[in-house]
Amino acid sequence: MIDVLIIGSGAAGLTTALEAKKNSKNVVVLSKTYPTSSQTSQAQGGINGILGNSKDTIQNHINDTQKSAHGIGNIDTINYMCENSKETIQWLDDIGVPFSRDENNNIAQRKLGGAKNPRACYSSDYTGLKILHSLYDNCLKEDIEFINEHMLLNFIIQENEVKGIHCLDIENSEVVQVLAKTVVIASGGYSGLYNGFTTNSTATTGESISAALRAGCELSNMEYIQFHPTALKGSCTLISESARGEGGHLVTKDEKRFVDELLPRDVVARAIYDKIQNNDQVYLDLRHLGLEKIKETMPQEYDLALEFSGLYLDKDLIPIQPAAHYTMGGIKTNLNGETNIKNLYAVGECSSNGVHGANRLGGNSLLEVITFGKLIGKNASLQSLNISAQSLDSEYESYSLAKNNIDSIFALPNTKNFYEYKKRLGEIFYKDVGLFRDEESLELVSSQVLKIKDDIKYMGVTDKSKIYNTNLKEFIEFENAIELYEVIVKSALSRKESRGAHYRIDYKDENRDFDKQTIVKKVQNNITLEFV
Amino acid sequence: MASINICEKNYDVEDIELKVDNLLSILLNIKASKNGSLAFRSGCRSGVCGSCAVTVNGVEKLACKTKINENDIVKPLKAHKVIKDLVVDLSNQDKFLKLSLAQLEEKSDKIVTKQDEKNIDIQSNCILCNSCFSSCPVYEVNEDFLGPFALTRVSRYVKDIKENNIKNKIDAVQNNGVWDCTLCGNCNMVCPAKIDIKNDIMQLRNKSVQFGYNDPNMDNFNSGFDTNLDFGFNPNQF
Repeated sequence: MIDVLIIGSGAAGLTTALEAKKNSKNVVVLSKTYPTSSQTSQAQGGINGILGNSKDTIQNHINDTQKSAHGIGNIDTINYMCENSKETIQWLDDIGVPFSRDENNNIAQRKLGGAKNPRACYSSDYTGLKILHSLYDNCLKEDIEFINEHMLLNFIIQENEVKGIHCLDIENSEVVQVLAKTVVIASGGYSGLYNGFTTNSTATTGESISAALRAGCELSNMEYIQFHPTALKGSCTLISESARGEGGHLVTKDEKRFVDELLPRDVVARAIYDKIQNNDQVYLDLRHLGLEKIKETMPQEYDLALEFSGLYLDKDLIPIQPAAHYTMGGIKTNLNGETNIKNLYAVGECSSNGVHGANRLGGNSLLEVITFGKLIGKNASLQSLNISAQSLDSEYESYSLAKNNIDSIFALPNTKNFYEYKKRLGEIFYKDVGLFRDEESLELVSSQVLKIKDDIKYMGVTDKSKIYNTNLKEFIEFENAIELYEVIVKSALSRKESRGAHYRIDYKDENRDFDKQTIVKKVQNNITLEFV
Repeated sequence: MASINICEKNYDVEDIELKVDNLLSILLNIKASKNGSLAFRSGCRSGVCGSCAVTVNGVEKLACKTKINENDIVKPLKAHKVIKDLVVDLSNQDKFLKLSLAQLEEKSDKIVTKQDEKNIDIQSNCILCNSCFSSCPVYEVNEDFLGPFALTRVSRYVKDIKENNIKNKIDAVQNNGVWDCTLCGNCNMVCPAKIDIKNDIMQLRNKSVQFGYNDPNMDNFNSGFDTNLDFGFNPNQF
């Protein structure tokens, strides 16, 4: 029987697996895609670490992280992450991550926005990619089992305890039951819901978070979505913060600067969005830096601008727009990664343990997934030692429900095209549940979401075959997304203040009454919300 | 309107789409509005996740980074079993990486310098898109060939100062490995990460010789050059 089942194969999932394998024999990673396809591959900037060889201190890192969290961070998780950063970086270096070195053969570090000192360790321009592949090579070495291209449908819960999952085998559309002593959700965030306006992968659709909500998990701070200021206009390909860090300017049509480019991401993103709303266009201007410096400090950005916009960073103004980039909200956990369901854990971007609060600091995301991946891998594997194996023959009631659900999707009339609604919801959310929010628009969005939810019965799939049916997979993602859209808009409506990444035009100030987490639960099909 | 061909089926695409959009955007549009059953993989949309490799007019490309033209022919990767449309079976990937020991086995305590990291910088940018595998002619005759991505990854760890156990890796790439490559360089041409895979394989051959291995192909030379030997496939014409 599986001791630790991990849903998701990004850096959080693979780190959890490697750590769990130290105590448990049977560790399995279930992936919707393939391990090296995950969102982690896109992390460019770096991973924060206090390595003890500069004047930077753990306390500085804690202070910067707390400041960015705007009063709704969790001091215990922030302390744990910051105090363990050296060990995390050392571990990655030891398992083979080729961190760039400085002239003194120390791991090189650079300064990202919101940090007092150069703190982000990096691997040339591809930190996330290289971390992800190093983790993957280690997983193969440790014989960790992968179940690829299987999408989570539901958790099996009995008496508030997780027993396993039901998932869809994408290759043949069959429902598969996987039982496990402990389950760790490491499935990534939900920025993909801002379809067409996100830097994220097409796979970052958040269905595991919806499944957790249905299973009885609490979600927290779901209204907190970070918008990156500089995505290429149109494709939303990310141009890293290093472009501004190295001295890039943001200018309007008449080539005038309008904002201090090094202010926090949310402030810069709002300033850009405001200009675009007023029929201006905003450009990233790096021309004054010269080709040599651009090629040396941001080769990947140079290539991306050329490949995705056909423009040269050293010669052209680059049209940009803010895009949904990272989700601070997610499945509520404590420091140990435990959810409110027994033996069910969450780690990484899908989770919300208070380490980012109202806004995430650059370089803290990779640090979070590795540091907590290690902790939760250990916790889940040790916990699995206390649990006796269930009979693998037991077929849970939810298995036939899940199978019937797939059959019923094939039977839907498909008179309305769900892809059109997917696109429309991306547009609506970018516009009205994006950088600026207000009661009237949010109420309108809320009713639109409910209307679309009601219309699902008219949607469906055109592909009725069972072989590698991505039409079916995407429809299930869409059904799950509707639940999250509902939660996000409800959370954004309820937080009647502005704080970090959540900005309300009608409540522009931070309000001490909201120094709390937004907690959402599903009770008998209704979503309840409270501030705790 | 222009026509493009995807998996033996023609689709009409607006001229402006061809001009502005990459192939992946066009595939996503076709799926959303014209053919919901069209199957392809996609991910990051920015060339680093390795999901969307296909062939365009027979040449391996990442769909997210490729503009296409009227009458272009889009097909799945070669040398793989096709599951559906542009989706191919990748289940061999783990097998080849495991067999070739493409991993850090025994950590050394040597100091890592700036140059040491630069030595493996490009090799460690591999995104496992399988383009190289698709372009490799050796698979047509030997399906057990460890192949370009696995060998380049071995080379990355052989060159890594952090690795103490180089011999194990060299041992692992002798059968169906470095000597089976024809050095045709197809993989170099199609690698989106611009890795010089052919050079990596040649370096692995040199290392193999240092560890006492010989080129098994040379064993055939026992009767000298005057017998008019046929070497078969030799795209480099040497």
